[in-house]
Amino acid sequence: MAAAEPLAKTMAEPMVVVDDLHVVYRVFGSKSDKGTAATALWRILRRQRRPSVREVHAIRGVSFVANRGDAVGVIGRNGSGKSTLLRAIAGLLPPEQGVVYATGHASLLGVNAALLDDLTGERNVVVCGLAMGMTPREVKDKYQGIVDFSGVGDFINLPMRAYSTGMGSRLRFAIASARSHEVLLIDEALVTGDAEFRVRSRQRIEELRAQAGTVFIVAHSMAQIEETCNRVIWLEKGQIVRAGDDVPGIIDAYLAATGGEPLVREGPKNPLTP
Amino acid sequence: MSERARTGRRGGSGTLSAPGTLNREDEGATARQGLLPDEPLPELAARYGLQPSAARPSPLAYLKQLWQRRHFVFAFATARNVAMYSEARLGQVWQILTPLLNAAVYFLIFGVILNTRRGVPNFIPFLVTGVFIFNFTQRSFIIAARVINDSLPLIRALHFPRACLPLGYVLIELQQMAISMVVLIVIVLGFGEPLTWYWLLVLPALALQTFFNVGVALILARIGAGVDDVSQLIPFIVRTWMYASGVMFFIPALATLYLHAKVSYLLQINPVAVYISLVRNALLTSLRHTVGTYQPYNRGLCEAQLAAVKAHPTANLAAIDHCHLVVGGSSLWMYGVGWALAALVIGYFVFWRAEVTYGRG
Repeated sequence: MAAAEPLAKTMAEPMVVVDDLHVVYRVFGSKSDKGTAATALWRILRRQRRPSVREVHAIRGVSFVANRGDAVGVIGRNGSGKSTLLRAIAGLLPPEQGVVYATGHASLLGVNAALLDDLTGERNVVVCGLAMGMTPREVKDKYQGIVDFSGVGDFINLPMRAYSTGMGSRLRFAIASARSHEVLLIDEALVTGDAEFRVRSRQRIEELRAQAGTVFIVAHSMAQIEETCNRVIWLEKGQIVRAGDDVPGIIDAYLAATGGEPLVREGPKNPLTP
Repeated sequence: MSERARTGRRGGSGTLSAPGTLNREDEGATARQGLLPDEPLPELAARYGLQPSAARPSPLAYLKQLWQRRHFVFAFATARNVAMYSEARLGQVWQILTPLLNAAVYFLIFGVILNTRRGVPNFIPFLVTGVFIFNFTQRSFIIAARVINDSLPLIRALHFPRACLPLGYVLIELQQMAISMVVLIVIVLGFGEPLTWYWLLVLPALALQTFFNVGVALILARIGAGVDDVSQLIPFIVRTWMYASGVMFFIPALATLYLHAKVSYLLQINPVAVYISLVRNALLTSLRHTVGTYQPYNRGLCEAQLAAVKAHPTANLAAIDHCHLVVGGSSLWMYGVGWALAALVIGYFVFWRAEVTYGRG
């Protein structure tokens, strides 16, 4: 152990340390509340708490370490806590117990993040770039690159609500990845892109990793996870089932457990690499 | 610490203790799978200088972050301002039309229909000044209570000091106010008020009001983020405040308050009334002169006059002219600075304390 430590220091530098993380969030509105003014008044008169507040224990004791240069895939069924885990790492959900340690701020890129819907793509690029902490000069320099990468073309001058889902998420990815993040969290952002964009975004993720960052990816496409990630965390009901570097092994086990189609692998390397 | 957290979490459904036991087995399982080192995680994190991701910066560091994002605040404000009218056919023209229509409505009701002066020499500019200044604060507050919930996508997607958002919204209102000021100046000149050096005092008065608005907006933004009911209530509170701030009347001349000097005093030193008075005194020479000729408040004389009026009721206000209580001149500025500083400091800390909780589901 003592001899291995200096080696571990040079080999792997932890960027994200998650220590026994529990996340509980409260949801308002459930089926028992009819939601009319009369029921609300009745509730207040009887001094009841809102019955509709339900606690969801979404992450139940997750621990892991992610190092510099890692691309970590998070897989699991719907509702297994994948997105919640990312939001907790980004510091957007408070841990009920446990701690998430990270270098700097983790940036979360979600497919549902609408940014400023009523503004043009152009203004979104500028405003979001500045919000991420770029200087006006940096934004100016990177503007054309972002627009080109997103491939939205002339739509950049239209409000974002006029965008298709795919265009919106492409632009969001382009904005978020324009700056090198120490920790980038990607939540299903690439699902909607077309094949060409997927290849480009995978290259961009590789670049971000090369720029000494850590990338987390949540996706339901196992092929995509296997292409991109060198580590996988399999979540089930908020707990880690398996985690490790054996990406194909864990994916196969996951697919077998969930009854998914086995992944067809052509050749030694992934099929989309040019 | 974990014991405290454990007991603290109970009281709900009780389902939380079960995963706690499961979790210990699980930790062993993941450790074997290679994503966990042997050494305790907090020490590992400390050794590499990692910080808890949900930590709140110190007040000073937060201020630095805010300063670093100043360009974002301006860009956000400009973008919002553009978006606000993007659905309207007339677009940005509404920025001028809105204050004009506002002034027109009050002119119609108070100038034409009621034709009231209420002890004020030049009533229409007096009224319009009050309306515009009050509008600035009112709109800042109403919008600030909603700002966090309105910007959830942005908050959930990007990391930035959240105080940027209420700041940006107040800035939008300040831009709007600048346009209203142009309209106001035209109206004031049109109603025969002379252009004087006193007009320059409008600038510091508006600056103080802006600081005050920012401070209260920060407080309201925090409250509104937690309880959505507040944003429903604020319009009513603000409307009550409008009637208490002398937007449509001159507080010292309010007949019902002659008997209650303290109430009159309190109304006059309420922040919005202070800022309205400061701008009015700067712009309206007629008002400044009138206020100057009011008799200063004198308790002894006032009581004697009141006794006389009670004995022989009269409609002549001059009979009780020593009962006016006018807060004016330097003490007005003092109150203006005081309110602005107090709001800014309190608002900053109130908002900062909850920084990490904004935008959580």
